[in-house]
Amino acid sequence: MSEPDAAPRQETAVTSDAIESPLLVVDGLRKEFGGVVAVDGATFSVAEGSLTGLIGPNGAGKSTTFNCITGIHEPTGGRVTFDGQSITGLPPYTLANRGLVRTFQIARELSEMTVIENVMLAPGGQVGESVIRSVTPGLRGDVIEAETAVRDRAWETLEFFEIDHLAHENAGNLSGGQRKLLEMARVLMTDPEMILLDEPLAGVNPTLEEKLLERIHELRREQGLTFLLVEHDMDVIMNNCEHIIVMHQGSVLAEGDAETIKSDERVLEAYLGGDV
Amino acid sequence: MSTVDTVRTRLDALPDVGLVIAFIASIWAVMLVLAIAVGGANWANLAAGFVGSVTVLIGGYAILALALNLQWGYTGLFNIGIAGFMAVGAYTTAVLTAPTDPAAGAVPGLGLPLWVGLIGGMVMAAIIGGLAALPALRLKADYLAIVTVAFSEIIRLIVNWDGLAEVSLFGVPFGTGGATGISFKSANEVASTFINGVGQPIVAAAEGVGVSGPNLANLTYGILLLLVVAASYWVLARITNSPFGRVLKAIREDETVTQSLGKDTRRFKIKTFMIGCALMGLAGVLFRGQAGYVSPQQFRPTITFYVFAALIIGGSGSNTGSIIGAATFSGLLFYLPARLGENVSLGGTRAPGNIIDAVAGLGSLDPLPLLAYTISNVSTLRFVLIGVVLIYIIQNQPEGLLGHRNEPATSVSLDRAQSGSGGETDE
Ligand SMILES: Nc1ncnc2c1ncn2[C@@H]1O[C@H](COP(=O)(O)OP(=O)(O)O)[C@@H](O)[C@H]1O
Ligand SMILES: [Mg+2]
Repeated sequence: MSEPDAAPRQETAVTSDAIESPLLVVDGLRKEFGGVVAVDGATFSVAEGSLTGLIGPNGAGKSTTFNCITGIHEPTGGRVTFDGQSITGLPPYTLANRGLVRTFQIARELSEMTVIENVMLAPGGQVGESVIRSVTPGLRGDVIEAETAVRDRAWETLEFFEIDHLAHENAGNLSGGQRKLLEMARVLMTDPEMILLDEPLAGVNPTLEEKLLERIHELRREQGLTFLLVEHDMDVIMNNCEHIIVMHQGSVLAEGDAETIKSDERVLEAYLGGDV
Repeated sequence: MSTVDTVRTRLDALPDVGLVIAFIASIWAVMLVLAIAVGGANWANLAAGFVGSVTVLIGGYAILALALNLQWGYTGLFNIGIAGFMAVGAYTTAVLTAPTDPAAGAVPGLGLPLWVGLIGGMVMAAIIGGLAALPALRLKADYLAIVTVAFSEIIRLIVNWDGLAEVSLFGVPFGTGGATGISFKSANEVASTFINGVGQPIVAAAEGVGVSGPNLANLTYGILLLLVVAASYWVLARITNSPFGRVLKAIREDETVTQSLGKDTRRFKIKTFMIGCALMGLAGVLFRGQAGYVSPQQFRPTITFYVFAALIIGGSGSNTGSIIGAATFSGLLFYLPARLGENVSLGGTRAPGNIIDAVAGLGSLDPLPLLAYTISNVSTLRFVLIGVVLIYIIQNQPEGLLGHRNEPATSVSLDRAQSGSGGETDE
């Protein structure tokens, strides 16, 4: 079913059904780096409460798309809408405070801070982030109280991700997999509505991988969180995502459920074809 | 174990306040020993002079190093215009407090009380710091460095400028005094009034052992300055060990990530820069303006370099380290060698006129000429010493004496709560 009243799309043949209640809408997104066109008119939406997969060969523009959505890069063109409001070009902190957060493909731990400091940084609107409140004796009571609550929540989160034994370790001393877990723990502490995950499972051991995926499903069920997941392991994508978007050379090549994607010839070609 | 490691292990074992007091006390002890060794009958007065001067230096540099630690050590804001922000504070206080009816030839001021002047100086330094930071913080870190150094030179040129030496606004005359500078009621005078009033018995006792009035006043002033250091330390420790401080540390580590976690990093950076500049302004008047007189020559960029040296030695990122570094730099590397050079002589051996003659002595296995030369030129050679120490630290101990310590950025203990009871620290 096609919708003629929808925003004008690029001529990429997008055959998916219209998404009923999109939380995130990306429309004609474009990003150029000098002469390189990293994202070339990408258009897709992510349904509220869904676990949507975003796949594509290396260099397809997935990470750059994430960067443009979350305000790390200013898009060269196109529009991004979150929760019905335009967020194109807004700075990352505004988006995070509205509930849209992301993890990085190459984990970016704050290496000279301890693991628990990393996690405690994340919650939004902490009273102690006001310098006056943190210093003035009479006003500091609230800070202590809030800080104690944040600390206890941080411990719980670390325990869940099984990195609580590393709480007082500098984050820079963690292994690659542990850093990925720390990133996940950190974004969860922001109380998000939607999380963009850029290859969160790379370097994580299989048992923990299972657990992470389970946790993602649980967060969807219980808190209605929405996930957009970039992942190279096709089985993970096919088994967990109800909706899959395939990017190739900066634009969306195909979208649909696992069956549709598996049987799409263009997808196969893109993965097997010349420029992988 | 290297020397620095040994020192570090010892330092680590002490609680912070005890550590700082022990360190400063041992510098005092060194001064006392030197005074006794070279002072003869006059040793007590000499000791009071040495200890007073070294304390003022330590106090001044400690405030500056703490301020820079907040900006650079904690947040990664590279401020190389420290001298300029000190000048803003010092000149503002001077103009606010200078008498309205000055001695002939001097510039009049607004005649306000000293405390108004001090607050005014800090506020003005914070405002100018904010103005400098505002455009630069939007850009990359390097631009801030360039802007601050430019600001600092512009400020020095402005206060040096004849056009502002004496002006009149709404019929009220005041000015900067231009190249000649400006005199005002000094904080030192307040200290000496205090010690000569309330402290009369102490003055009498001191005079009994031969300590002169000015030396005692200077010593009192040094101790007052240390109280200002203690207050600054207390405030800064609260700022840095809090959720606010946590954001600052995160900005230093990775600003993009910090923004991605919902922190408007620019607001944090500007606030931090302003707080640091306010403290630098305070140090400007209390330290450089100690004698109740400021002139453009007191705010040359070298002082900026000294403060960086102090912080690097002590350990950037640590408040306690900032004070230890300031004491090491100003007391042991800057002040002590100069006093040694003045007071120690090798009886008999005259210092050669230049380094060639001095080294030539080594040819005939006579080290005395070189030693004598070194001692008589120590004021100059201590800069070589400072350089050597800095290179050693950067090569072997890039984190300084205490920078390796993690002073956790939180207001509470970070240990896991024991079931039932919270783990709050103080209050
Ligand atoms: N900061 C950048 N500067 C220049 N080129 C970039 C930058 N980031 C990504 N690119 C280019 O954009 C293209 C898409 O990269 P990326 O988004 O990382 O792909 P993916 O995440 O799908 O593997 C690649 O050709 C890459 O080299
Ligand atoms: Mg990528």
